[in-house]
Formats: sequence, C-alpha cells, structure tokens
Amino acid sequence: MFGMVATAAARKASDVAQQRRWLVGGMLVVIGLLCLWFFAMQVPADVISKYRFSGGGDPVQLPVIELPTRLTNFILALALIAFGAFHITRGVAHSGALFGVSASLLLAIFLTWSIRGASLNLTGLLESTLIRSIPFLLGALSGIMCERSGIINIAIEGMMLTAAFVSVIVGALTGNLWIALVAGLLSGALIAGAHAVLSIRFKVDQIISGTVINIFAAGLTNFLNLRWLTVNQELNNSGTFAKLPIPFLSDIPVLGTILFNQIILVYIALGLMFAVNFLLFSTRWGLRTRAVGEHPKAADTLGVNVFKIRYANVIFAGMLAALGGAFLTLGSVGRFDKLMTNGRGFIALAAMIFGNWNPFGSFGASLLFGFMDSLQLKLQILTSVIPSEFLLMAPYLATIIVLAGVVGRVRPPAAEGIPYEKQ
Amino acid sequence: MAPILELRGITKRFPGVLANDHIDLTLNQGEIHALLGENGAGKSTLMNVLYGLYRPDEGEILIRDKIAHIAGPRDAIAQGIGMVHQHFMLIPVFTVTENVMLGDESIVNGVVLDRKKVAREIRDLSVKYGLEVNPDSYIKDLSVGIQQRVEIIKLLYRKADILILDEPTAVLTPQEADDLFQVLRNLKARGNSIIFITHKLREVLELADRITVLRLGKVVGSADPQNTNSAELARMMVGRSVILSVDKEPAQPQAVTLDVKNLVVLDERHNVAVNDVSFQVRAGEVLGIAGVQGNGQTELARALTGLRHIESGSVSILGEDTTHATPRKISELRVAHVPEDRQADGLVLGFPVEDNLVLNEYYRPPFAKGLVMQREVIEKAAEERVQEFDVRTPSIFVNVSSLSGGNQQKVIVAREFSRDIKLLIASQPTRGLDVGSIEYIHKRIIEKRDAGTAVLLVSNELDEIMSLSDRIAVMFKGQIIDTVNADETTKEALGLLMAGMRDESAPPRAQTEIPDKSA
Repeated sequence: MFGMVATAAARKASDVAQQRRWLVGGMLVVIGLLCLWFFAMQVPADVISKYRFSGGGDPVQLPVIELPTRLTNFILALALIAFGAFHITRGVAHSGALFGVSASLLLAIFLTWSIRGASLNLTGLLESTLIRSIPFLLGALSGIMCERSGIINIAIEGMMLTAAFVSVIVGALTGNLWIALVAGLLSGALIAGAHAVLSIRFKVDQIISGTVINIFAAGLTNFLNLRWLTVNQELNNSGTFAKLPIPFLSDIPVLGTILFNQIILVYIALGLMFAVNFLLFSTRWGLRTRAVGEHPKAADTLGVNVFKIRYANVIFAGMLAALGGAFLTLGSVGRFDKLMTNGRGFIALAAMIFGNWNPFGSFGASLLFGFMDSLQLKLQILTSVIPSEFLLMAPYLATIIVLAGVVGRVRPPAAEGIPYEKQ
Repeated sequence: MAPILELRGITKRFPGVLANDHIDLTLNQGEIHALLGENGAGKSTLMNVLYGLYRPDEGEILIRDKIAHIAGPRDAIAQGIGMVHQHFMLIPVFTVTENVMLGDESIVNGVVLDRKKVAREIRDLSVKYGLEVNPDSYIKDLSVGIQQRVEIIKLLYRKADILILDEPTAVLTPQEADDLFQVLRNLKARGNSIIFITHKLREVLELADRITVLRLGKVVGSADPQNTNSAELARMMVGRSVILSVDKEPAQPQAVTLDVKNLVVLDERHNVAVNDVSFQVRAGEVLGIAGVQGNGQTELARALTGLRHIESGSVSILGEDTTHATPRKISELRVAHVPEDRQADGLVLGFPVEDNLVLNEYYRPPFAKGLVMQREVIEKAAEERVQEFDVRTPSIFVNVSSLSGGNQQKVIVAREFSRDIKLLIASQPTRGLDVGSIEYIHKRIIEKRDAGTAVLLVSNELDEIMSLSDRIAVMFKGQIIDTVNADETTKEALGLLMAGMRDESAPPRAQTEIPDKSA
C-alpha cells in the first residue's frame, strides 16, 4: 500500500514538469494553428514572396528566391505545430533550442507574410540586425560585468546616453574620433564610479542609485543639448567611423557583407564578447568576480578584497555601456539627439537576463532584439497590416515570458543587490 | 612542548558589550584544544580576532614565538592559520575545485585558471587525510558532511597548520561527527594544531587534549579531559550546576489532539518528502520525531502548521479538519508553533521585541480594538513575558535581530507558550542554544505537556528526543519507519532506525496504534 501511494505521489511530482511542457507546447500548437489560418489560409494562392540577397548596387547579383507565400507559410506553420507537439510528447530539454527554433519559425512565417507580393533584401536585413544588436550586446556585457560582482546595474541607459553625448562633442571639438571615443568611455567610467560609490560605500539601494543616474543623465543631456548644441550646431557633428572591410573575408557573398564589412566598433564589440566570457570563466579575476557576486563573505574569508573587485567591475561595466552609447553616435549618425538611446539600455538589461548573465546567450538575445528592431523599420516601408510598434514591444514581452519561467529558468547572482558589510 | 600560538590579553569590545575580556590562551603544536562555552561566551569573537576578521582593542598574538600582526584573513592565511566557520563559506554554484582555489588560484599561461592542477591536489589531500570528495562536484549537490570536508580541504590546500573549527558538529549527524573526529585525530597525528570550538560536553571529553572554558568573555578555567567530567564542565560553563536530564513524571495521555492520516507532502523540488505518514498525538504526551536531517521532518512540520501544501491525506486537530487550513486558522485552534528556522519563520527580524512577542495575537483583543493596536497593552504584556521567560534584552523596543540566537528563541517560546495551547509543534526548539537556555526550554515543554497540551517534538538531537519524548517515531526517507516507547528503547536502537535499518524479525508495529500502556 505504501508503494502505491509513493508512486502516485511521485507521479504527481513529475506532473508539474509535465504541466509546464503542456503549457509551452500547447501554446506553440495554438500559435501554429493561428499562423496556419491567418498567415497561410488568408493569403491568395498566387501571391509570391521574394527574398533577395544582394542590394541594387552590389557588384555580384545573387539569384532571387521566389516563394509562394501561402504554401511556404503552410509548411512553416505545420513545422511549428509539429515542434509544439514534439515538446509535449518528448520534451525539448535545452531551453535555448526550444526558444530558438520556435522564435525562428515564427519570424520566418511573419516575414514571408509581410513581404507577400513584394521583395526583401534579406542580406541587408541581417546586416542591419547585427549593427542594431551591437548596442544591446555592449549594454548586456556591461550588465553582466557589474551584476556578476553583485551590483545591480539598471543605469546602463544613463551611461549610454551620457557617453553618446560626450563623444559627439569631443569628436566635434577635436576632430578625432578616437579621442572622442576615449572621452565617451571616461564619461561612462565616471558615472559608473558614482554608482559604485553610492552602492558600495554608502550602501544606497542599487535600484534607486541606478534610477537616479538614469534620470540625471536624461536631464543633463537634455538641458545641455537644448541650451548649447541647438545654438552651436557645429558642436553637434562628430563624424563617424568609416566601414572597415576585412580583406578577402568581406568578399564572401552574404556572410562577408553581414559580418566582415562593418565599422571597427562592431569588431571590437564582438571581440569584447569573447573577452568577457574568457575573463569571467577562465581567469582569476573572473573567479573572484563571480565569488563576490555569489557569496562575498566567503570570498572575504579567503583574503579576496570584495570592495576592490566590485569597484573595478562596476567601472569597467560603465565603460562597456559607454562604448555602446558612443556606438550610437560615432558609429552611426555622428550627431546627438534628445534621448537618443531610446530605451536601448533597458533592452540590453533584458538581453542580459535573457542570456542568463552569460555573454554568448546575451548576444543571442541581442541579435533577436536587433532583428525585431530592423524588421520594424522595413515594415514601416512595406506598410504592413500589423503596426510595426508591436514588434518594438517584443523584447519586453519576451523578457516577461523568460522571467516567468515559462521557457527556462534564469538565475541571477545570489548576492546581487545586497551591500557587503565588513564587521 | 613549545606553544605554536599564544594569545595574550585579547580584549574586544562591541558597542555595549565586552565580548572578550583579557583572554590568554595557548595552543601547543600537535594538540586539539577545545574552547568550550555557552552561546555568547565570546568563543567565535576570539577566533574571528585570531583570523583577522575583527581587530582586537587590546592584546597581542604570538605565532611561533613571534608577534604577529593580523589585519585580515590574508595575513592569517599567510601565518598558517585556517578557519572552518560555523556557517560554511562555500559558494553553492561553484565546483569543489573552484571553491578550494578561490583566493589562491593556480594559473597557467599567465592568466588561465589551472583547474586540473588544483583538482589533482584535492585528490591527493583526499587520500592523505581520508577526506573523500569529488573535485568536480558542485557544492549545492553535496551533503552538509561532505561540504565540511571541502572546508577542511580548503585549509589544507593553503598549507594551514593551525586549524580553527567553529562549532563543526552543529550541522552533522552523529555518524558524520564521528567521521570528522577521525579526520581531526588524523590531522593531529600529522603535526597540525587544532582549536575546536563547541558547547557540546560529550565532544570535548571525547576529542580534546586540553580544555579552556569561556564565560561572558572571560576565561573561567581550563581542564584536562582525563580529570574532569560533564557535570564539572557544565558548571564552569554556566556558572552553576545544571541538570542535564529532564525530570518528568510519566505521561498521562488523554484524548487524541492531532490526527494525521496518510500524509503526502512534496519538497521544494517537487520530490516526495513525506510519504504516507500516519500518527496521532494525544493531549498530555510528547511524541518525538527523530531522524537524520532531510528525511522529511521539516516538510512534515511545515505541512501540519499550514506552511506547506498537502498533496494527499488528512490532518485533523481536535476533530477539526485542517488539511488545507491557513496558518492563522490553525493558530486560532490554539496550536503553538516553534519553527525550525527561527529567523525566517519565527520572527520579523526588523520588528522590535514587543511586536514579535504578540505576532500570533496582535489583531485580537486585548492587543487590538477593531483595527487599532493597543500599544499600552502590548507593551505591558511584552514586559511581563520578557520577565517571565528571562529574555535578555536591553529593552522591549530594540529590534529582535540584535538579540543573540538563544534570546531570539526565547522570544518565540515566550510568545507561543503565553496562551492556553492545545497542541505544540516544536521543530528543533533548542538548536544552537546554550545549556542554560536548553534546560529552560525543556522544562517549559514538559510543563505544557503536564498541563494537557499535546506535543509534537521534531529534533535532530537524539539526546533531546530521548529526554523529552514519551513515544518516539523515527522518520527515514519520508516514512515513519517505526514508533517506539521512549523508556523501552536505547540510543543505539534509534540510531539504527535513523539509518533505515529495522529489525525485520520483530513484527512491524501498526503506525496509527497508540501503545496500550499509556492509555
């Protein structure tokens, strides 16, 4: 009799996992069915979606792929339904794979439907995806370095905005982009230093400190922009970094255009992603950083200087965010506009959480958000039935789903947000 | 033998407290020196001074006959001092290797962590000292006993030869404690010197070469384990003689108060923690739940008090079904609860003592009139309870977080015992407390029993279970493996049951049955 009860209870326990699989898988099936109906069945049979791979002026013209919209989406929607059913019955263990496959299928369906009767340069879309993901990536790396050491960083937005502003002015004054960049980085370090002193030394609530910095940065740059830049327009022109094609590699069709024909800041950002990953997981500094973020007292009893590690990480984090901010000006438009970061610091925060405080995962999330960002621009041109603003909501929506633990579990550093008190 | 370590006149003051008062202590090479004292006697403070976590206000430390300046743990480690803290200093999401190397990392190619080399060193130390552990395991997957081995390996990896262990057995099962003692003897045999902090007399007599007793921040005496006994040590610790066993009359059980049938409860990870458990507790008796930590006792107590969802089965208190009742409903049936985690479940740490003393009744007359709390009534009741239960606090207005562990527990006991109760569910009621407090709380529990309260006592301390209980149910892997009468069993027999070994030749007892004798 005990045995029976035991197995019954054990079954009940595994039911909880099963329930979640049903929830996620069921959602995918329902979404798949909706796609089938709306994005396939509602489209006339003879409509074609054209994917191009080269721009109008490119020397090499690649063949255009013409897909029947209805049939293509029919197949893709069926694949999504099948994937959902597979998750219910067998379970997809890797949450990244689960999310990646379903998001890719959904985006493909939506994209094919959006360009029905029209054509889209896919290479161009992916190229702009990468460029637009860079500020998210840098912001996320900033968050990772800071939070892995136990200090919450919601001031990424403010750090980016300040650096964007400072680098434009210094660029205009000196005419040297590198000096402008360094000035931007220093401004980020300065702001981060303030955050560090407030949260480490004065033990201010880190959310409040971060919020204060965001408000301060927005107010200050607005004020200076209005009072100073609008009257001295010549100060609001820094110039931008030129594209730096990598010899040979940039000649590869599609891939070369996307990856190897970018400005130097893109290469630096991608390099930093690898560097941060290496730093965190393979070096002494990284081990101590993570230890301090998880259990500062344990680190302290082993002679690790908790405060030193935290100060250094927060300031380095400020410079990473600043690079993301400078990228928006020096790497793109060469001028400052009011509140031009436009919430990118917060999307970066979402990318950090999405990537579970890991550089590569956060890059994946940044790419996804960058894709949404560039897609909504294209859709404005294509005048879709669906307002492009909905796509801009996607990062936040996706973050809520991840935080709710529907797709997989994320785990912040254990000591995050708790000031360390030495006896 | 020359002392390897000498403390001279160490004095440490905290605001309002003299934690260490001119303490002298010597540690000889190759000895185990026990530092005995009640909670709050200043043992941990002294060791934290030695380890560089506190700065002493006066006094000096000599290591190998030289004055040592220890400004932080780094200096202490450099002098060969290592410390296993009462609360382990391990990072759960790190591997054993990462925890061991932290702060003293091996590096290859200039910057890269050399995990392999450290793992190899850990394996060598494991073999040498009998500290078996897998260097690649994550701490969060290891039992408390093995985590402690990792702590000891951390010291040995740093080549420490003066080892300090702060209350190392507080979290261990009796078997794990025996293993630890073996390791410590082994370390001693290899020339290490050990300071062993405890308040458990039995351990001191079993293990130590020398004993120093602290009370209220002062050294009150030292002893040689060969020439002393528990009673004498206890008298030194407490400053008066203590009764180590509880005087109690045979129980007079009345009607069934708590009736548990086929209870199934899951733990945090949704595994079955309590598996088809049935038992009854009658008014006027103490049912002890014994078992090694982690066999479902925690979940059982939480389920009975409404803090954990019950999957199946039923609980009734005084004939009323409380299977899915809220904690307040259960409390209003006059059930008292002394929770296992006193800081998380028993107190609101940021509230003053007076509010914590009425947390179970603050919303009812006389403590509240309608929506308004009656401060004067609450203050008066709090003053009385602090007096009656001997809570040592500067005033009833200080935050309960500033009290010592023993006094925090007394606040809970004072609150729960200050009304007429029908059922008492006490989980680890004396964990981490000093002898005086333990004695006091035990006396109170028996008083309640004799007044007709049904008592369910959950404890990992076998001594406590045996001295308080009338009947003892042993939990193993979520089930009650057997229920025995307290005066018909031995420590050894219970130990076997706790390890899951039942004498198969004896007929299994019906678990719901109340022994006739007590009827």
